[in-house]
Formats: sequence, C-alpha cells, structure tokens
Amino acid sequence: MLLIPCPFCGPRAQIEFAYGGQSDIVRPKTPDAASDQEWAEYLFFRDNPKGSHRERWCHRDGCGLWFNLLRDTVTHRIARSSPVDEPRGGNA
Amino acid sequence: MARMPHGGRIDRTQPLSFTFNGRHLRGFAGDTLASALLANDVTLVGRSFKYHRPRGVMAAGVEDPSSLVHLGIGAAGEPNARATQVELYADLVATSQNCWPSLRFDLQSGFDAVHRLIPAGFYYKTFIWPRWSLYEGAIRRSAGLGMAQNLRDPDVYTHQYAHCDVLIVGGGPCGLRAAEVAAARGDRVMLVDDQRELGGSLLWRGAGGIAPDLPATIGALATTSNVQILARTTAVGYYDHNLVVMHQRLTNHLGKAAPNGTPRERLWQVRARRVLVATGATERPLVFPDNDRPGVMLADSVLHYLRRYAVVPGRRAVLFANNDPAYQAVFALADAGVEVAGVVDIRASVSDALAAELARRGIRLFSNSAICATHGRQRVRAVRVGAMPSGPTTTLACDLLLVSGGWAPNVHLFSQSGGKLRFDDAQSCFRPAQSAQAVQCIGAANGLFDSAIALREAATTALAPASADLLQWPSAGAGAPGTGDPLAIQPFWRVPRGLGHGRQWVDFHNDVTVDDIALAARENFVSVEHLKRYTGTGMAPDQGKTSNVNALAILALETGRDIAAVGTTTFRPPVVPVTLGAIAGRHIGGLYRARRLLPAHSRHVSMEAMIADYGGWMRPEAYPLPGESFEEAVRREGLAVRTRIGLFDASSLGKIEVAGPDAERFLDHVLVTRVEGMTVGQIRYFVMAKEQGIVFDDGVVMRLGADRYWVGASSAHAAHVAQTMDEWLQCEWPTWQVTVTDATRQWATLALAGPESRDVLSTAGTDIDLAAERFPHMCFREGLVANMPARVARVSFSGELQYEINVHAGHAVTLWDRLLAAGASEAIQPVGMEAWLGLRLEKGYLVVGIDTDGTTTPDDVGSAAWRKKTANFIGRRSLMRPHALRPDRQKLVGLLGVDPAKRLPVGAHILASPSALPPCATVGRITSSMLSASLGQSVALALLANGRARIGETVTAYFDGQRHMATVVPLPFYDPQGARLNA
Ligand SMILES: [Zn+2]
Repeated sequence: MLLIPCPFCGPRAQIEFAYGGQSDIVRPKTPDAASDQEWAEYLFFRDNPKGSHRERWCHRDGCGLWFNLLRDTVTHRIARSSPVDEPRGGNA
Repeated sequence: MARMPHGGRIDRTQPLSFTFNGRHLRGFAGDTLASALLANDVTLVGRSFKYHRPRGVMAAGVEDPSSLVHLGIGAAGEPNARATQVELYADLVATSQNCWPSLRFDLQSGFDAVHRLIPAGFYYKTFIWPRWSLYEGAIRRSAGLGMAQNLRDPDVYTHQYAHCDVLIVGGGPCGLRAAEVAAARGDRVMLVDDQRELGGSLLWRGAGGIAPDLPATIGALATTSNVQILARTTAVGYYDHNLVVMHQRLTNHLGKAAPNGTPRERLWQVRARRVLVATGATERPLVFPDNDRPGVMLADSVLHYLRRYAVVPGRRAVLFANNDPAYQAVFALADAGVEVAGVVDIRASVSDALAAELARRGIRLFSNSAICATHGRQRVRAVRVGAMPSGPTTTLACDLLLVSGGWAPNVHLFSQSGGKLRFDDAQSCFRPAQSAQAVQCIGAANGLFDSAIALREAATTALAPASADLLQWPSAGAGAPGTGDPLAIQPFWRVPRGLGHGRQWVDFHNDVTVDDIALAARENFVSVEHLKRYTGTGMAPDQGKTSNVNALAILALETGRDIAAVGTTTFRPPVVPVTLGAIAGRHIGGLYRARRLLPAHSRHVSMEAMIADYGGWMRPEAYPLPGESFEEAVRREGLAVRTRIGLFDASSLGKIEVAGPDAERFLDHVLVTRVEGMTVGQIRYFVMAKEQGIVFDDGVVMRLGADRYWVGASSAHAAHVAQTMDEWLQCEWPTWQVTVTDATRQWATLALAGPESRDVLSTAGTDIDLAAERFPHMCFREGLVANMPARVARVSFSGELQYEINVHAGHAVTLWDRLLAAGASEAIQPVGMEAWLGLRLEKGYLVVGIDTDGTTTPDDVGSAAWRKKTANFIGRRSLMRPHALRPDRQKLVGLLGVDPAKRLPVGAHILASPSALPPCATVGRITSSMLSASLGQSVALALLANGRARIGETVTAYFDGQRHMATVVPLPFYDPQGARLNA
C-alpha cells in the first residue's frame, strides 16, 4: 500500500485515496466538432508506461481534493505531487 | 527417557495435561505442542497430503512441513495448527488431520502402494475424460488438510496501525543488537519476534543454551521508552512503501484461561522508515532414499529441542550432514548421554578438530558416504550407509536421524519487498543482493553465519543515517551484501541411482520426490514456476521452507543448468499462514461494511417493518400486519396508495446542494437534461450520463433560489453523483464559482402518496397553500409542516398525488408520527420499498442500474430532449457516435404477460426467434416485473432491440427452461395521461 503525499494534507495511506487515471487528458473544447476517432481517443486511449506516469488522485477520505502525482509504475517512487490546477511545470 | 531430568527453558513447577488423538499426555509450561509430543515419545503426528505417508515432527519452528493438527473442538476449533508453533496450555486438545479411520491405520495410505500410477501431474493426464469435474470432488476429499468448521468463531480479532523509524523483524542476537544501537540513537524502534520470548538462536545455542547477557539485554530494551517489543508476532507480508503486515497472537497460548472478550489475535500494519530483517536462516534437509520417515529430523532442531525443552527425541542417533555446524547437535546429544551410532558425511574428510571431538566421544565417522536407505514403518528403525559413489553399505540401528544439508537465509520478507537475491556458491544458498525499498537483512538472514561478524554488521547497519526515502536504504553502498567467512558446505542434492533406489522426498508435505521433479523436467516444465505448479512442490502450507532450494537445485541438475540460472519462485505473502479471523478483524457481521440507517430507523423497527439492504441503506421492505404474508402486505400497501393514502420514508434520496453564480451553467454541463430556464420553485426530472454517454443516474432537480439548486439523485448513487460533480468541478472547470454539497443525511424525506394526501397534509398542519392551481405537480414550496420548517416537493414516483416533505433529519420520527396521526381517519398505511418499487413499475419509471446497464444511453430510456441543448454536457458527444445511433439498440419498453396471472421472470432473455432452442440469439431481457394488483395484469419492463418499433408485437422470453409470452406495449401502464399525479 502506497504512502501518498497529498499536496494539502501530507503523506497518507493509499486507502484514503481514489485513483483517477492518467492526468492531462484534455477534453475537446468543442466536442461536437471532434471526429469520432478524436472523441474515442479522448475517451478510451491511455498511455501505459513502464516508468514515470503522471496520474490523478483524489484524497477522498481526507480533504476531498484532486491532485496530480508523478509516480514510477515500476518502483512506485513518487517524484512529485501537485495541485490539479497547477500549471504543468518543466519537472512534472 | 525423552525428557531430560534437568535443564531447558520449561517451567517444571507448572505441569500441564493435554490430549492428542484422545490420549492423555503431560508437558510443562514453556513447551510447544511439538516438544511436548516428542517428550511423550509421540513421533507419528499426521499424514502427508497426497500419499497419506506417516509424518512426524521434523523441525522446531515455522518451517516444519507436516505437523499440522486440529486444535480444540467445536466452534473455537482451529484446523491446520502447526504443532511447532502451538504453545502448550492446560487441557489442550489436539487431533490429527487427513487420516481415516485413525492416524495409525489410515485406509487412504493405500494411495502410497499405487504411487507409480499417480505421479506428479497425474490428475492433469488421467481425469480428463469426459471431464475433470466428475473426479474433482473425490480427489479433493482424499487429498487434504484439516476441515474448516462451519460454526461461528466465538473469538474476537482486531487490527492495529503503527509507524516507527526502524522495524526490526526477529529478536535473535542480531535483532537485539540492532535494537540496542538504534534505540540508543533515539530512533523509535519496533522489535518483533514470533516466539513467546526473545533471544532467537541464543535460546538453544551457546554455553548452556543461553547467552549470559540475554535477560539483561531484553530487560533494558523493554524499559526503553522509544522501543516497543512485540513477542508472538510474525511479520507475514512486505508491501509497497515499507508497509509490513504482522500477525500477533494475544491469547492463543492461554487456552480456556483466555479472558472473555479480549482479542485473540491482532493484525498490524506498520509503516516503517527502515526495516531490518533479522529472521535468521532455515536448515535444509538432505535428500536421500526414504528420507521422510518419522524420526528423521533437522540437526539444529534436535539441538533446539534438547536445549530449550530438555527433550531428546530418540535413544540412538545418527547424523547425516555436509557441513561442520551440524556436528554440534550430535555432540550435545552424546554429552547428554544419548548413544550416537555414527556420523555420515558427504565430505571426503573433516577437520582435525572435528575428528578429535568425534574421537573423544567415541563416535564413528563414515566420510565420503551417504545414507542410501532407511527402515521402519511409522518410525525410523535403522539406516543403511553407503560409501560414495556405489557402496559398500553398512546398516546402523537408530531411532533418530539428524540431517543437515546447509542453511537457507530467511529472505522471504526481503524478496517480497522487491529485493533481488543472488546465489552464493560457497554456502549454496540464496542471499540478499540489492534492496528495492529501505530494507536490509542482517545476521544469518543476510547469509552471515559467523556470530562475531554478523553482530558487528548488524550494529553498523542499524546506524544508517535517518532518511524519509522509503524506497532506498539510506547509506552509501546500499544493498551491498555483508561479507564474512563463508559457511563451507559441500553441496549434495540427491543420492545417485547407483547407491539407492527408494523414493527421495523433497517436499514432505505435498509428497514431491526427486523422480517427480525429473518427470517434470522431461516433460519440459523447466521454469521453476512451472515446476512448482506441475508438481505442487512448495505449495503446501509451509510454502516449501525446507524444500524449495533442494527442488530447484535438483531441477538444475536435471536440466544441466546452474542453480542461479534456475532461480527461485516468487516469494508471496504471507510468510506463514494467517487466520482468516485476523484478516477480517472487526469487519464481520454487522460491521462487515458501513450500513446507513434512515433517520426514522428506530420507528420502522418499532413498527416491526421487515428491513433490508438497498444499495447500502437499511430500508423497510414492507410492514406486514400480524398474520399477514410479505406478498399480502406489499399488495395492501400498494393498493392503499392507489385508493387512499400511504406514507413512505424516502430519506435516502439524494439531496445535493449546488450553489454559486455558475450553478446553472454547471448543472447544464453535468446533466443531460436542460436546467436553463427553470424558475425558482420549479422541479425538473433529470438524467445524468457518463462521458461515454451511458446513463449514470436520474432524479429531480429543484431550483431553490437565484443561484441555488437541489439535485435529488437516486438513493444508491447520491454519494457517487456528488463526488463525480466535484471531480468535474475541480478538474475540468476549476474557475467556475460553484460549490457542491451532499446534504443527503441532513434531511429527512417523507412522502405522502395517494388521492387523500392533500387532505392529510392539511390536517397535519401547514402554512403552505396546497391548492392545485397554486402548488401544481413538479413544484416545491418552503414553509411549516406540523410546525417544522420544511421543503415540500410535489413530485411523484408513485403516480398518485404526492408530497415529499423534507425536514431536519432530527425531526424524522416526529414528522412520521404526526403524518400517521393526521392520516389515521383515512386509514393511512406505511409503505415499504417493495410496494413502492411496484408503484413506479406501473408508471414505467426506471431504476438506474436495474432497468439500465453499462450500455444504456438516455435515448434508450426515452430521454431525447437533450437534442435541444447547446451546452457541452457530459456524454453529449458520445450520444452522436454511430453506435449510439444504431436503430437496433435496446430500448426500454413495457411488456404485458399473455397470461395475466403469471409473473414474467426478471432476467429472462427475449429470443430473436420464438421457436429457437437455446443457445440462440437473443434481442433483449426483462429487467423488472410484477403482478400488478391495481391493473390485474402481469407487467414488466424490458430492454428490447428496436423496442419502440415493436409495440403491439408478441415476444417470447426464455428463463430456466420455460418460455413466457408477452406483448410489447408503450409506457406507462398506469394513468398514461398523468391525471392522477396532476390532481
Ligand atoms: Zn488531502
């Protein structure tokens, strides 16, 4: 069970969190104009990296806030934890 | 005399009586069940898994493969208890498992006589015609362990969580030394050991068996405030980010003297900044013909029994070994007056010092020799010694055979943590190489068998600098394996064919032999993981602690590879079996999961309602009168709503408050339904979808004020709807000024439903103008009801005139009582969920998750108004995909049973062709059904391909061998013009 650093509450056990999948999935601004293919990629297609993965978590049984986590899928090393509305920096 | 007259760490002032297979025996406090059995000269304890071979005690610790017994009787009984881990208590009752009719005479030992017919994997090859399931039951019954009892366990189990700077697993010499230095530095230390007393191998090795400073060391640690010591606690699992799960036995050792209500066991989850694994090493048996007879024991375990329990498990001993340390056991036996018939050593010669020790005791040495056979049925009586490689042989009478093939560091936890192992050729064992978390092995667990070196290394390792990094050992050279003089052993993995012909056992519990491994190799099961699954080696409850290295070494020989190239199987938790009770902890019965109670729950209970779980809410199913059946009650309650009036507790309905300047825009983005244009006081039915276009929930939305809305999500989904709304707000529209607050539990919602409901509400007393023209359907008003502040909504799930009265949750019982009193003259009836769901079915109202599934779109259930919306609501684009527009999509329709008195079965599939025999194509299924009392009809909801175009057709539904004819009709069944709910 991971020890996840909530950017607002500090490190907490994984059971307090909900996983939200890959971060930075951009919702098309004008969905009606998106092709079926573009819409399907937005809905269903995700990276599956062996290594660094930027993903969303929610501290559901804590502050209730969503945030981004940069986690290594092999070692589980968490390199960065940041508020979900923080602009994406060079190191994340 | 199996028990020595003096010595040992037993309390001779506390004799304990116990029974084994009905026989009355005696031991002492401080004994384990195994040591007490050996003290009573009981060598036959159980039967092996497959061939029902006689099995005795082979080891002294958790590694013992076969001494599994059933403890106790009745509800508190426990199967598969390992005798070496059971502390003896007064009046303990133990019985053997996997034998019938008795341990000495086991009828199924006949399997052993036909073993040639049932080698490894026999069931994969033999019992495949016509199908495995015909044989499975009988095979599983004959191959077995203990019987789980089906009575409720009367014991209490609990969980605990902890954090520490350093967790030290194992209280032997290295664990104690590490604890001392870490504690002195100020670290918060947890020191755990699976035995009742700390000391590890110090309890049976060294002068007199006990290091002189042990009590002082333990005493000092126990009184240090930053040290927590847990005895009888086994670290069983190593998980991510240095989380270690531990199993603590609290009262097992007390037997019937255990205090009532005290937890029997505790499961710990410990997050440690650093973990030191000081779990020692396990002695490996040698593999030779007939090596599985009771009386064959690990050399160091014999020393353990002698020194710690003053038990000599035989009268005449032989040692078979390939290393020096094993000799200590026979020297100790000889010094205790036990006859040693000989020492058999694989090696060509032994050191002068060892030879002198042998000579001094008059012990005969057979060097360059192996044991090539053993004799005896239920206990070893003699062994045959053969010079390598092919004879000649000598027979030695003995009733105790000590074996030692080297040592295996207990790397289970280290390996579970992700740590890499390497094979040490000199010591013929797998040792820790590279850590993947902040963990190090120390002492014998690290492959250091020299005490002085190991203790020095333990102290150095414990002083690694503090670090918050849980994934890396914090010192330079992290993960470097400790170094020291190797424990020289001469590898010996099996007796060559030329010297012996008996079966050579590798896994003593699962009955795996050298021949089975050779067979697996011949059949190309050359991966060690395949070998394990094909032969079952290492898959018994002992997880192969004594057999795994031997098995893969033999596989290496059979396949001409190095042991390092064969590798080990994956180490998985738990290291030792854990009771299901400890895993469950308090989460059983009513605490199995959180159950939500309605605010008027106590009133429903006092009215003797039948209560059931609806999506996590405990709600009344029905309120049967005395002598009334459930079906009769449901019918009465439903008809009361249709003809007069009913009272329904709808408090679990979601009440999500959405507020802020952007509330309207937000709701138009999260709901399929249009919210724009609603006036204050207005209510609209809504559907909510997922981004994939699938129906997620439905309900009603009310406009409370200029920028305030109430979203009445369905009971089962309300919490999830609120969370989903919040997720979109935070992640997609973080700048919008909206708050989402789930206020479901702050409000009680009671529904008056039926033609008399306006009069009854008026009688109850309200300042709200109830006149239909000023308070019409799909509107709400705020005011007082029975002198309580209330929000009253005119919505109708029942299809009748209906008022939903929302008050503070604390007023639920009061309001319930007032409304029942106000309706008494109209014969008001409390209505349960079953009748309520029937009323909605007659109206054709769907329940999301029952009448929809993971493919159902808003269009499929008749919500097409979204096409007039412009907002890019969740799921909108998905509703335009070709798949969502297919004409043959399954649509929600009504069915009338052709036989009006026969209920259409829920789950029945609608056949594409009425005459086809299943398996065949189907075009839909029945999702809800009832025999409607008010309609006198068998009615159902169904999802049917292209259903709306098939109105009027007759379809055939198939269920459990029966066909049911039904007519497709439009919805609703009841009051299609809505005159009644608009009344
Ligand atoms: Zn938080």
